[in-house]
Amino acid sequence: MWRIVHQFGSPPWVYRFCDRVIPWLLPLTVVALLVGSAWGLLFAPTDYKQGDSYRIIYIHVPASVVALAGYYVMASAGLVSLVWRVKLADTAMRAAAPIGAAYTAIALVTGAIWGKPTWGAWWVWDARITSMLILFFLYVGVMALFEAYENKTIAARACAILSLVGTVNIPIIYKSVDWWYSLHQPASIKFTGSSAIDTSMLYPLLGMIVTFYVLFALLMMLNIKQSLTQEYAHSAWLHKRLND
Amino acid sequence: MYFESIGEALLMGGHGGFVWSAYGITFAVLTIALIRPLVSTRSLNATIRLRSARQSNLSEGDS
Repeated sequence: MWRIVHQFGSPPWVYRFCDRVIPWLLPLTVVALLVGSAWGLLFAPTDYKQGDSYRIIYIHVPASVVALAGYYVMASAGLVSLVWRVKLADTAMRAAAPIGAAYTAIALVTGAIWGKPTWGAWWVWDARITSMLILFFLYVGVMALFEAYENKTIAARACAILSLVGTVNIPIIYKSVDWWYSLHQPASIKFTGSSAIDTSMLYPLLGMIVTFYVLFALLMMLNIKQSLTQEYAHSAWLHKRLND
Repeated sequence: MYFESIGEALLMGGHGGFVWSAYGITFAVLTIALIRPLVSTRSLNATIRLRSARQSNLSEGDS
């Protein structure tokens, strides 16, 4: 057990791990994304109430779900970096921020595009949507804060604190549709009890959610590998790895 | 396919513009997220290889 924990703290080991996984995970994820999108766009049945605009669900829900999950990744990496001063943890924290920002942006933009034909408005200052916008600013804030400091050790610490403080926003996003009167509908998929969605729509949706999770992991590895290449440009292990 | 024809799939009962632009934007953002670290890592690797090649040339010149 401790050996595994120890390995995840070792830059050469993590670099090699990313290097091995990326070549097969990358094509697999791209194919899964294309198949999942085609399924949702062309093969799933039309919604009897919303018509075909509902097809945005196959990207909007996965992006939103993983944008939230990604925040846990960033905040827990921030916690590890703050408490145990593991350098790789702040590499992971910084790797998660732009991916989370991209996913949140997708959730917001596709939500706006879906809102127009469904609610009649691109944007409403509703609890769910506003708290998602705050999530976007938190991700972008972590990215900007890191660049703002000359001293990267202090920068990483400040980012870790910001991401931990921002965790307050997560339960607010989850509960926003229950706590406040909202245009946004509550979750249709439930882990306990039956979901309020037919299997012909549920399966492509679950497939896309899994794919977005895998894509998040893939992007994490790509970003971590990029950071390690930058940070260890003068290290013997990296030179050896590149010349092999 | 659920739709009768390609044309119908593009139109999506009048919602085609919304649906296709949402997917288009999503794929554009994800493609940028994928390509950015790949390109950056590749150029960093090229710099590192060049530098180590130069260093080994220098040390060969010394001997």
